[in-house]
Amino acid sequence: MNDTEILEQMKSIVSAKLGVEASKVSMDSRFMEDLGADSLGLVDITMELEEKFGVSIPDEDLPKITTVGSAVNYVKSKMS
Amino acid sequence: MVELVGKVALVTGASRGIGREIAIAIAKAGADVAINYPFEAEFENAKETLHQIEVLGRKGLIVEADVSNLASCEEMVKKVSLAFGRLEILVNNAGITADNLLLRMKESDWDKVLSINLKGTFNCTKAALRTLMDTKGKIINISSVIGIMGNVGQANYAASKAGIIAFTKSVAKEMGSRGITCNAIAPGFIETPMTQALPEQVRAEYLSRIPLKKFGTPEDVANAVLFLASSLGNYINGAVIIVDGGLS
Repeated sequence: MNDTEILEQMKSIVSAKLGVEASKVSMDSRFMEDLGADSLGLVDITMELEEKFGVSIPDEDLPKITTVGSAVNYVKSKMS
Repeated sequence: MVELVGKVALVTGASRGIGREIAIAIAKAGADVAINYPFEAEFENAKETLHQIEVLGRKGLIVEADVSNLASCEEMVKKVSLAFGRLEILVNNAGITADNLLLRMKESDWDKVLSINLKGTFNCTKAALRTLMDTKGKIINISSVIGIMGNVGQANYAASKAGIIAFTKSVAKEMGSRGITCNAIAPGFIETPMTQALPEQVRAEYLSRIPLKKFGTPEDVANAVLFLASSLGNYINGAVIIVDGGLS
C-alpha cells in the first residue's frame, strides 16, 4: 500500500469519524485544531486505524499522531 | 407509552430473575433482544426467556458468555452484531451474591462477586462501547440500594454495587459527548430467586423497614429500565434511579 492509498483510506476514516468532508482532509490537517477532534475522537480514529491497517498502536505512540500526515507515516512505518 | 420499536438490546444475566423481566419488558416495547446467560446450567432458563420474547413477535438470541471474562464479552457482542447488525441498548444486569460476615468472608467470595458484578459491567460496556458509539446507545447498569446503604454480610456485594455507581457516573461523563447515556438503577428488595433464598426472618425484617410495606417485583425494576432506554430518558445521564419502595 503506497502513501496515496493510505491517505485515501485515512480520509474516509477521518471523514466518517469526525463528520468532515473527505476533500477537506489533507496531509497537513491537524486532528484537533483543524478537524475538530477531541481526545476521545482521536482514540476512536486510532482504534479504527489499528483495525483497518492491521497495526497495533501503543498508548505511548499516541502523542506522535497529531496530523493526518503523521498518522499516514506512522501507519506506513508499522506496515513495512 | 414507552416505545423501542426497531431497537436492539443486550441484557446480561437474562436467563432468570430481574434480567429476564427486563428482557421481556424491552421486547414488549418493540425491541429485539439478545439474552446473555452465564453457563450451560442456565441454558434451559435462557431458552424460556427466548420463548417469551418470541411469543411477543420479537426476535431473540441467546448468547452464553462469562461476563467476568473480557474476551468472552467481546465474542458475545460480535455475535449480537452479526445477528442484528447493531446495538442500541446495553443492560448490565448479571450479578451474584456470596454473603458472609466479614470475619468469615473468604477472599474467593470477594473476588467472585467483584469479578462478575463490577468487572463484568466494565467488560460488557467496554466490549460494546464502539458499537454503541455508532448508535448513540444507552447503557443501563443494575446496581443496588445495598451499594448506597451497605449491608451486614454483604461487604463484597455492596462494594461491587457501589463501584457500579461510580463507573456509571464516569462513563456518563466520558461518553456523553458521543450521545451515549449511562445510568444506574438501584433496586431495593425485589422478589427474585436471589432474595427468595433468604431466611424468612431476614425477609420479614426487611419488609418492616419498607415504607410501602411490600417487596418490589422484577417488573418494577424493568419499568425503570424502559424509561431510561426509551426517548423519555434522553436527557438523563449519570443518574441513579432508586427503586426500593422507600427502603433507603
